[in-house]
Amino acid sequence: MAKNTLSSRFRKLDIDEFDENKFVDDHDEAVDNQGPDGTEIENLIRIGDTMTAFHLALRNPPLNTKNPAVKERALAIVLRVLTSFKSSDIEPAVKSLDRSGVDLLMKYIYRGFEKPSDNSSAILLQWHEKAFAVGGLGSIVRVLTARKTV
Amino acid sequence: MSLHQFLLEPITCHAWNRDRTQIAISPNNHEVHIYQKSGNQWVKSHELKEHNGHITGIDWAPKSDRIVTCGADRNAYVWSLKDGVWKPTLVILRINRAATFVKWSPLENKFAVGSGARLISVCYFESDNDWWVSKHIKKPIRSTVLSLDWHPNNVLLAAGSCDFKCRVFSAYIKEVEEKPGPTPWGSKMPFGAVLAEFGGAGGGGWVHSVSFSSSGNRLAWVSHDSTVTVVDGTKGSTPSQLKTEFLPLLSVLFISENSVVAAGHDCCPMLFRCDDGGSLTFVSKLDLPKASITRNISAMERFRNMDKRATTEDRNTALETLHQNSITQVSIYEGDQSDCRKFCTTGIDGAMTIWDFKLSSHCDLKKVECN
Repeated sequence: MAKNTLSSRFRKLDIDEFDENKFVDDHDEAVDNQGPDGTEIENLIRIGDTMTAFHLALRNPPLNTKNPAVKERALAIVLRVLTSFKSSDIEPAVKSLDRSGVDLLMKYIYRGFEKPSDNSSAILLQWHEKAFAVGGLGSIVRVLTARKTV
Repeated sequence: MSLHQFLLEPITCHAWNRDRTQIAISPNNHEVHIYQKSGNQWVKSHELKEHNGHITGIDWAPKSDRIVTCGADRNAYVWSLKDGVWKPTLVILRINRAATFVKWSPLENKFAVGSGARLISVCYFESDNDWWVSKHIKKPIRSTVLSLDWHPNNVLLAAGSCDFKCRVFSAYIKEVEEKPGPTPWGSKMPFGAVLAEFGGAGGGGWVHSVSFSSSGNRLAWVSHDSTVTVVDGTKGSTPSQLKTEFLPLLSVLFISENSVVAAGHDCCPMLFRCDDGGSLTFVSKLDLPKASITRNISAMERFRNMDKRATTEDRNTALETLHQNSITQVSIYEGDQSDCRKFCTTGIDGAMTIWDFKLSSHCDLKKVECN
């Protein structure tokens, strides 16, 4: 038999890493946002002020950081806020956002779709419907093409 | 608006001659077909067969009446009409990937070719050796160049590429032209110098198309993240970006100093306005579909539909827009870039449509009339 069937270790080599023309995205080391503040948002949800909690949760998105723990934490906080909304409050909340806010919300919604939990899908779909009405297909395209994700 | 369906194949690219009596198109294959207008019909008059790969770009120089084509076979040919036959001249581009785009310079003494080899080939005619020579612009392009546009001063070249950036280069060739005067984009312009670079920064998508305004002071580009961006060179270098709610746009064109037309995967041209402060706003879609006549379907029709199509509704699968598939190129049909009266679109559905503007009297926004 041929020699190369003895060891398949070569298959684990990522040859794209050795390509000298490989495109490396230039990371402008902008402000490393740490994500929203969990405790404050928890308090706001408890007293029922979901709108303020919503706006707070969408501030300081951890777009630039390479630390997955920070991103997971921020995602968990945002999903907590989104699931605590009543259906009738979703539309005014989306209307209160500007264009970049709607894009950011869409990014979080799609991240939330990735790991569905008990009730999250239903409420996320409602959020998606209202955000789509404002942002249109462009906001979804921007979720797909963004290289800095939440 | 008038639509002409050439064939069912997509029209990869098109170019008009000076008086718009002839159009050169490529029906998604290795050939260029030239159609001559006769009355209301378009009659095929020439077939240009020389390329070995798909044609990716065609440009027709209006004054010197030469056609330049580039293709996936890594070649470009300059065609001249001799005795009623188009004769090709090979241009050695020295690229090792497909060419993607070609454009004559305003004075038609050079042309630029974008390629997948991550470089731009600027070609000029060397009369001593009687052939076309190419010079390369390589740095700092990091991916395929998708689109090019010349500045009216014949020296500056804007390039949009897949590395998410739009750049302004100098393509000054000392053998064929004088040193250019200073422009808002810069004053020192040796060949290959980058005078401006925009985009990237985490967001952004591939830059599909770029366009200089007629004065050369403004530059617009559309990218795959469904945005349109305009930057004014005279007002500093902060671009004004508009995030649209449409599908990505594929082609953009300045039709006056303040207005931009763009079209793409939504199969519909859109008008944007750029005011003097430099901010960009969406004006309207230019394809106004006629109000769909919702007629009452008779019982007989319902049963017939149920029999034939297993549905009782009157379902129409055609799109509401004129074009039935994405628009890939927008070009000026009548007028020029400072004042365009009609423009033309071609797309993947194989159709070519000419759109008519009618000037609105009380503001400088242009409205489209469908007639």
